[in-house]
Amino acid sequence: MADVTFTVDGKKLTAPAGTLLIEACRKAGIEIPAFCYYPGLSLQAACRMCVVRQEKVPKLQTACTTPVAEGQVFITDSPEIAQARKATLQLLLGNHPLDCPVCDAGGECELQDMTFKYGAGESLYAEAKQHREEQQWSPVVYFDRPRCILCYRCVRMCGEGMDVWALGIQNRGVSAVIAPNGGDHLDCEQCGMCIDVCPVGALTSGTYRYKSRPWEMNHVSTVCTHCGDGCKVTLGVRRADDGMEIVRADNRDKSGINGDFLCAKGRFGFDFVHGKDRLTRPLVRNAAGVLEPTTWEKAIRLVAQKFGETVGTGDGQIGVIGSPRITNEENYLLQKFARTVLRTQHIDHERTADYPTFSRMLAGAEDRAASHREIAAAPAILVLGGNPTEEHPLLAWSLRTNFRLNHARLYLANTQPIRLERQARQTLRISDYDALVRYLGGEDAAMASIAGAAEFRQALLAEESLVVVAGAEYRGASLAALMRWGLCRTGVKFALLSDFANARGAADMGVYPDLLPGYLPLAGEQPLHSEYAGMPTNSGLDLTAMVEAATTGALKALYVVGSDPVTALGVAQGALRNSFVVVEDCFLTATAAEADVVLPAASLYEKTGTVTSCYGDIQMVRKAADVAGVKPDFEIVVRLAGAMGVDVRKLVPFGQSTGVHADMGQSRGAQAGEADRHAVWLTANDLEPRLSPFDPLATLDEVERLVPSYRLDRLNLFAGNEMTTTPGAGFVSLDSLVGRKDGVVATHPGLFRSGELGRKTEMLQKLQAYQEGFHSAAAAD
Amino acid sequence: MSAEAMTLFSTELAARFDALVERYPVRRSALIPMLLYAQDEIGYLSDAVIEEVARRIGITPLDVRNVATYYSMLRFKPAGKFNVQVCTNISCMLRGGYKIFERFQERLGIGHKGVTADGLFSLEEVECIGACCWAPAVQVNYDFHDELTEEQVDAILDEYRSRSQKAGSR
Ligand code: SF4
Ligand code: SF4
Ligand code: SF4
Ligand code: FES
Ligand code: FES
Repeated sequence: MADVTFTVDGKKLTAPAGTLLIEACRKAGIEIPAFCYYPGLSLQAACRMCVVRQEKVPKLQTACTTPVAEGQVFITDSPEIAQARKATLQLLLGNHPLDCPVCDAGGECELQDMTFKYGAGESLYAEAKQHREEQQWSPVVYFDRPRCILCYRCVRMCGEGMDVWALGIQNRGVSAVIAPNGGDHLDCEQCGMCIDVCPVGALTSGTYRYKSRPWEMNHVSTVCTHCGDGCKVTLGVRRADDGMEIVRADNRDKSGINGDFLCAKGRFGFDFVHGKDRLTRPLVRNAAGVLEPTTWEKAIRLVAQKFGETVGTGDGQIGVIGSPRITNEENYLLQKFARTVLRTQHIDHERTADYPTFSRMLAGAEDRAASHREIAAAPAILVLGGNPTEEHPLLAWSLRTNFRLNHARLYLANTQPIRLERQARQTLRISDYDALVRYLGGEDAAMASIAGAAEFRQALLAEESLVVVAGAEYRGASLAALMRWGLCRTGVKFALLSDFANARGAADMGVYPDLLPGYLPLAGEQPLHSEYAGMPTNSGLDLTAMVEAATTGALKALYVVGSDPVTALGVAQGALRNSFVVVEDCFLTATAAEADVVLPAASLYEKTGTVTSCYGDIQMVRKAADVAGVKPDFEIVVRLAGAMGVDVRKLVPFGQSTGVHADMGQSRGAQAGEADRHAVWLTANDLEPRLSPFDPLATLDEVERLVPSYRLDRLNLFAGNEMTTTPGAGFVSLDSLVGRKDGVVATHPGLFRSGELGRKTEMLQKLQAYQEGFHSAAAAD
Repeated sequence: MSAEAMTLFSTELAARFDALVERYPVRRSALIPMLLYAQDEIGYLSDAVIEEVARRIGITPLDVRNVATYYSMLRFKPAGKFNVQVCTNISCMLRGGYKIFERFQERLGIGHKGVTADGLFSLEEVECIGACCWAPAVQVNYDFHDELTEEQVDAILDEYRSRSQKAGSR
């Protein structure tokens, strides 16, 4: 809309006509207090805190509902306005318990702040206050009625934002009260968004209440460890007896791709960090066959010795399994360690999406991959398969928001009904995902019998731009066919959903038996090939085959990091006895229970590095919690390499290669060695060498140097912003993927389920049982 | 299961609802009349009534409660067979409304919002019922009794009592 000019407190401001005054003022740095106004939600005008004086208008106006127009003149600060706001506060405080000293919101309460500012210190209200006991509405949502200021934010957030509509308001006047849908309890998604938006301490969180105060915590901004959506999360940590303890998770500054959103897993799913099952000491199987605690030194020495012996007997003797839960740097380092130190091509990870095909299809195609932000702002989105509400809560949130605020056109095709249909312009119930692609491509017979198919296709083809979000149903040839269809059209972009926090990263980092980082083939002429000189170049065994080979003893050793193949593949107890098994994990998984050595690993909340969301958004993770006894996988690999007598510098480019500042390779020749090339690259990119072999960011430098799709702007990345990968950049071998087995097994996480991590998170277990309670009751009716 | 098979309401009322929801541009506009009619027939808005009304409109029971709890004329507990509403608003107050209210309390042995043990009467103190010209006024179910004196209270109660006995003996 056209810009208009208006005056606020004597200053001339300009904003598009129709902008809300409160927003226009915020942009100009003029703060207007507000309780009920919440950006993105419907207007309420319930609290009267935002009142301003508008010239020629007899009464004070609410800035949160006043659209700006040409020539208006406003005063936002005057004795009259201060008095009006103070009076509002006095009314709000009339029945407020003023229990700030014990209230969770104390220190970050908007009511407290306003009372400080406007000083409604004494009360004219002489009646006895009405006390109500606090109520527990669910394992995570508690309600303290007297603290509620009836701003309706929670009601609108749950309804409009979450599309759950579990909160309402009942009675009227002084008896008005926020009410949950179950009468005295909540049957909902348990996302805690209502708690997050509550400006006071009326809604409090089951994980955080009465635990801490905001100023007693450090706030560490990192990335959620649960699904592949990559929400930014701020962990509130506090010193505990054995390190640093996480007491709260939210997205404090509302930055990042998720803005204010977190789902139940991100907000409440962190107690696994301090879980009673957490491994904190290395275990070694003793002569009696029992796993027995030992020191890190002994455990590392033992593993190094065994691995060393095995490597001595020839290439390809050891199987290595990486993880979609660990960082990019760790996965990269692990595959480099496997290929150049353990001299094996048998490396793989639990695959939940076919990123090799995705990336191959995008080769040479510019700007065809959709980041999360692009999806969230796209005018038209086609979601094929999957169930975002359950499996990708942030995606579902962004699609709903995009629909609500921008009228985005959402098209769904699925074999079963999903919740997002309420926001969809068209929904197509199909039985065959491949047939749909053929139909879109013009083969009418492919969906002849499907109702609504013609309109669906017509509407899609009429879209000038379209983001296609494909679930794990699309893989191998079907994914290729889908993308071929889209790539022939202009304005079509793609995203491919996967299940864990770094599923995309593990794939990008080449944790595959047949692909190197950046999906390079094992043999070739790229820089990476010369730097990994001498590595085995025939395709290795995939995960299933490796475990199989370990049971027969064909593989002499198996090194499993952050993965539980024994459970996933249903391996019989004792079946792995024929090989030397090392497991690195946070918990004694079924695989760990079979291992010869178990190394206690740090979780994602206890380490630094980067992860990549399933949309290719690369983000920093930062060490928040600290658990005594565990080590990050990165450090463990480096220590193992060191104990094996390897020059660690060859593995992690740290320190200065020549003792002299990088000399652009002149003194030792450009091909002299990896560290030199790295030094040249660092200098060219204005970066300093990292000083410690345990600094994962040294490996991040190498990743950036060698993986063309990881071009990072450090300043932005370290500031907590996401960088987007550019799949398809650089060299991609087209034939290396022909006839390749995709090996994808989707795990279908849920709102409270997230694999082993979810099982070890007490609160998520509680929520799962709590919500299942309703559903089984409903089914029995 | 069809809505008919599951309904708590009489066939006439169910049919009335069906017509009502179609009458407005959006179905939920029929909510308040539906609640009133349902209360008249069932006596109060039980959980089951709320669920059925929600289902017939296509909203959640929570939505129904959000609206219903706003209105003091809608009840969530059974009232007496005869619900006595005594006005004590200004006109009635000036003309002895409180005396009338007290008399009802004495005679029935219950207070505001109370129900007699036999379930015959319930009592409520209410705001203006629009009969100021004939204050003090009382409403029993949908019948008005106006220009009352304390003595008339006894007669009114007796009348309803005998009415119910007649109905009972039939
Ligand atoms: S936890 Fe989430 S779904 Fe549940 S009431 Fe709060 S906002 Fe709604
Ligand atoms: S509970 Fe909190 S968010 Fe909800 S209305 Fe009350 S003060 Fe507002
Ligand atoms: S949507 Fe995914 S990334 Fe975001 S908070 Fe939930 S589990 Fe974590
Ligand atoms: S913020 Fe404007 S009335 Fe509440
Ligand atoms: S004041 Fe009693 S009827 Fe109006």
